[in-house]
Amino acid sequence: MDRLRRLDSLAGGVEVIELKDIAKTYQMGEVQVHALRGVTLAIAAGEWVSVMGPSGSGKSTLMHIIGCLDKPTAGSYRLNGVEVGTMSAGQLAVVRNHQIGFVFQAFNLLPRTSALKQVMLPLRYSRDGARIPLAERRSRAMRALEAVGLADRAKHRPAELSGGQQQRVAIARALVTNPQIIMADEPTGNLDSHSGEEVMEILRTLHREKRITLIIVTHDEQISAEAQRIIHLHDGLVVGDTSQAQLERPGGSGA
Amino acid sequence: MTTLLADWLEIVLDAVNSLIVNKMRSALTMLGVIIGVAAVISLLSIGAGAQASITQRITSAGTNLITIYPGAPRERGVRGAPGSSQTLTYDDAQALANKSAVPDAQFVAPEYSRFGQIIFGSQNTNASVAGITAAYQQVFNLKVQQGSFITEEAVKRRAKVAVLGYQVAQDLFSDSNPVGQKIKFSAGGRKATLTVVGVLQEAGGSIFGSADDSVFVPISTAQMKLFRGRNPQGKLIVTSVVLKAPTETQVDAMQSEVETLLKARHNLSPADTEDFRIRNQADLLATASGVAETMTLFLGAIAAISLLVGGIGIMNIMLVSVTERTREIGLRKAVGARKGDILVQFLMEAVVLSALGGLIGILLGVAIARLMDTTGVMTAVVTTSSILLAVGFSLAIGIFFGIYPANKASGLSPIEALRYE
Repeated sequence: MDRLRRLDSLAGGVEVIELKDIAKTYQMGEVQVHALRGVTLAIAAGEWVSVMGPSGSGKSTLMHIIGCLDKPTAGSYRLNGVEVGTMSAGQLAVVRNHQIGFVFQAFNLLPRTSALKQVMLPLRYSRDGARIPLAERRSRAMRALEAVGLADRAKHRPAELSGGQQQRVAIARALVTNPQIIMADEPTGNLDSHSGEEVMEILRTLHREKRITLIIVTHDEQISAEAQRIIHLHDGLVVGDTSQAQLERPGGSGA
Repeated sequence: MTTLLADWLEIVLDAVNSLIVNKMRSALTMLGVIIGVAAVISLLSIGAGAQASITQRITSAGTNLITIYPGAPRERGVRGAPGSSQTLTYDDAQALANKSAVPDAQFVAPEYSRFGQIIFGSQNTNASVAGITAAYQQVFNLKVQQGSFITEEAVKRRAKVAVLGYQVAQDLFSDSNPVGQKIKFSAGGRKATLTVVGVLQEAGGSIFGSADDSVFVPISTAQMKLFRGRNPQGKLIVTSVVLKAPTETQVDAMQSEVETLLKARHNLSPADTEDFRIRNQADLLATASGVAETMTLFLGAIAAISLLVGGIGIMNIMLVSVTERTREIGLRKAVGARKGDILVQFLMEAVVLSALGGLIGILLGVAIARLMDTTGVMTAVVTTSSILLAVGFSLAIGIFFGIYPANKASGLSPIEALRYE
C-alpha cells in the first residue's frame, strides 16, 4: 500500500503528521491488548481526513496518539517534523495547546461556565514565558465565538445553549489557539441532523478558509464522504486509505 | 510581576467560584475547620488567661518573698497535720530579723495563725485569725481602709485589738463602721473580746489565702491569749515567717542566709535533714506556670485534634470533587493544562477552604474568648501567638490534606479522564 498517499495539489506536499510503525499496547490486568499494531501514514497540511472503522478497530487510540493525548508504545510520530512520541507529558501539553484543537462527541464543556470562559480556557494554559493577559484572552475568545456565530451567546452557560450551539462553543474553544490541526471525534454524533449540518458547515469553512488540517473520526458515511481522504482501520491496522479528490466540494481544493 | 500576581488572583477566584458551585458542601467542610480553629483559639486563650491570673496572683504578693514553715520537707513515718510542727519559734523569727545575720532581708514577718469563731451581735463567721507584727503590712502591701493596722506597741502590750479583712468586715458589719466596735472571739474553749481598730481594703486573692477573709491580731495576743502558741519546751512558736528582700535578685542570697542561720540555731549539721521548709515565690511561680502551661498545651492538643478532623473532612470532600470532575480534568489537560496547573487548581481549592474556615474560626474563637472573659466565666487572654498558630495550622492542614487529592487529579491521564463516565 502506498503509505505516503496524499493530495499534493491541496497541501503543497508539506506533511504535518507522519506516523511510522506506530503500535500501542495496553495492559488490561493479565491480558495485553494490541490497540494499534503498526500504523504508518502521513497526513499533509490542510488535508481533510476521515477515520473510519468498527469499534475496537483502534481508531480512538489512533486519534489519541495523533492528538498527543497518549504516547505510542512503539514507532515514530513526527508532528511538523518533530518527534513527539518520546516527549514528556508537559511537552505534550504544550503541543496540544498550541497545535491541536479537539472537538468531542459529548462537547465536554465545563458545567456552569459561560461560553466566553469556555473558549478562553485553552489560552489560560498558553505560555510563552508569561501568560497571555486577560484582556487579550477575552478578545481572542470573542473572535473565536464570532467565527462560529455565537458572539451573542458569550454569556450563556452550556445549560442555556442547544446541543448544536454547545458544539459550536467547543469548536470555538478548539480554534482559539489557532491550531494547525483540529481533531473531531464524532462531532455530530449527539446532534440532530440540522444542528449537525450547522457544525459541519463551520468545519467546512475552517478547512476551506483557514486551511486547517481536519481529522474526523466518524461512523457517518455522509460525513466521511465529504473528506478528501478516508482511512479505514481494522484490528489496529490500516486496511484502506482512499483518496477521493473527485468528491471535493467546489472551492475545497484551493488549487 | 503584576502578571504573576494576576495569575494567582485568577487561580484563587477560580477556586472560590468552584467552591460556590457546591455551597452547602463547601460550608459544611469549612465548618470542620471553623470549629477546630475556634476551639484552638478559645482554649489557648483560656489557658493563657489562667496562666496570667496565676502569675498575677503570685506576683501581686511580690516575687521577692520567701516563706519559712516549720517541719521537715519529708518526714519519716506518719506526717503530722499541717501546722502541727512546732520547730519554728518566735525566737527564730527574732533572730531572722537581725540585720547582721540576714542582711538581704528588708522585712521579716512572723505569723501565728489558727481558725477561730468571730462573733458580732447576731452575725458570726469562721475566719483565719492571724497573729502578726507590724512588718506584715509592708511585706504584703496591705492597705488600710479605715482605722489603723496592728502596731509594734500593740504587739508589745499583747493588746486585744483586731484588724478585719475586707470580707470579714462585710460579713459582720455590712455597711456600718466596725472601728471601735467589740467582737467576740472563741476557739477551743477559749473566749476573748477584741476591739476592732482597723479595716483593710479589698485585696483580692493571693496564693496565701486572701487577706480579705482574715482577722489580724498582734502575734503575742494570738500566741498567749487566743491560742496556746507554745511548744512542749515552753517556747513561743510561729506557723510561718515571711521574709521580703528589697529586690528579686537578692532572694537567693537571703534564702541561703536563712538556711545557714536556722541550721545553726537548730543545731543541725549540713548533712542533717532540715526541720523547716522554705518556699520562694520564684519556685512557686515556676511550678504554677508550669502547671498552667501543661494545661494550655493539653487543651490546645485536644482542640488540634478537632482541627485535624476538619482537615480530613477537606481531604474527603476534595477526593469526591476530583472524582466528580474527572472529565473536567481530562478536558483541561486536552486543551493544554499541565500537571502543575491541575495540581495548583485543586490545591488552591483546599487551601481556600481551610484559609476561609480558619479566618471565620479566628473570629469565632476570639468572640468566644471575649465573651467568656467579659461575662466573667473564665479569664481568657487572646494571644497573637495563638492566632498565628491557628492561621498557620489551618493553612498547613489545607496544603497537607489538599496535596493528596490534588496530586491524584493532576496525575490523571487525559484519555482516561475524558473517557470517564
